[in-house]
Amino acid sequence: MCVSAEPPQFGTFEELATPLFAQLYNFAHWLAQNREDAEDLVQETYIKALRGFGSFEQGTNFRAWMYRILRNTFLTSRTGLRATMTVALVDEDEGPSVQATTDRQTPEATLIDRDHRDLLQAALEELPVHFREVILLCEVEEMSYQEMADTLNVPIGTVMSRLSRARAALRSSVQKKLQKA
Amino acid sequence: MSCDQWQAQLDAYLDGELLADQMRSLDTHLRTCPACSSDALARVQFKRAVKTAGLRFAPSPKFRSQVHKQIADKPPRGWRFRWVLATAAIGVLLVAGLVTSYLQRQNLVQQHLYSELADLHVSTLASSNPVDVVSTDRHTVKPWFQGKIPFTFNLPDLQNTDFALFGGRVTYLGQVPGAHLIYQIRKHNISVFIFPEDMVQLGDRAKKERSFSVETWARDGLRYVVVGDASPDDIQKLTALLKSAGQA
Repeated sequence: MCVSAEPPQFGTFEELATPLFAQLYNFAHWLAQNREDAEDLVQETYIKALRGFGSFEQGTNFRAWMYRILRNTFLTSRTGLRATMTVALVDEDEGPSVQATTDRQTPEATLIDRDHRDLLQAALEELPVHFREVILLCEVEEMSYQEMADTLNVPIGTVMSRLSRARAALRSSVQKKLQKA
Repeated sequence: MSCDQWQAQLDAYLDGELLADQMRSLDTHLRTCPACSSDALARVQFKRAVKTAGLRFAPSPKFRSQVHKQIADKPPRGWRFRWVLATAAIGVLLVAGLVTSYLQRQNLVQQHLYSELADLHVSTLASSNPVDVVSTDRHTVKPWFQGKIPFTFNLPDLQNTDFALFGGRVTYLGQVPGAHLIYQIRKHNISVFIFPEDMVQLGDRAKKERSFSVETWARDGLRYVVVGDASPDDIQKLTALLKSAGQA
């Protein structure tokens, strides 16, 4: 479940950034899809963040700030550019639509447990990067809609729309894989 | 509201993003609608499965250590700059505080000296023997001080002026021996004190001390202080004469 916005955070860069290391790496690996690129991405993120920490407004959401840097770094990287070029254009200005719900597979079909982890991971890997990241930020990082909006630098409405479509796409993909299996 | 409409809110409900009253309404509906509650359960399980599947990659200890070294014990430039600024600000405040304190102390010391000189002026004139050497001749008065004080000085020629030398005496200011000369102008007595400059620390200036006009300056290692109830103009004129004698 997505949680409410992070409380204001204060501290040195090391104090704030170190606890985020494992989760940032996980997110980076999901984006970059290989260890080497993920390590480069995390390393560059920490270097950029350390350099820019003077401009970080203490007391605001440090986690969203770090994820934003990581994401921007990814999007401007060779891997990121390649990933985003393959993304189909989606009208994101619409709010979460009923359409997304009606496209969804039946609850029984998407009832998935830990035995299907590999299948689910494969489905996540295949998702377009902008769907994959919003799913991960919500479900794995448990960010609030506002925090996701801050991280992705988009309005909350876009977050809701994108999340709804991403879930529908993931459920659909899982359903197909289950049927094949 | 139809089930489709309730189900459209289910994700936001499970994400904890609905408003409190919307949450309560959907809660109530889920308790009474098997289809929607089954859908909600499936979504919860799906969310859990995605979370588990999403926590997939862990950084190697080597990589973690490598990045940690890059950020550990290195305050970012912004913070370092702030520390420098803060230290500089504290330094400036400290110096300003010390300077202010020093100036205040100096001011108190000087005020005390001016008061003592005014006292000397008054008490000398109140004495039945205000001077130890009585003479209007500077060539008599000046040699009289030889051997009595540890310095010598020049006295002005008062010819063609309204001033007259009345005499002099040895005086002490805070245990420092000095010359005390008394001049007169139109029945006003003016004291001229001369001390070693390093023993009597006064800034050069004109001021009023208990209605007396005071003028002070330093020259050739001597501190001159003129105190009297004559007009400031007369005090200035005598000051100018004494300064010109000092240059002779």
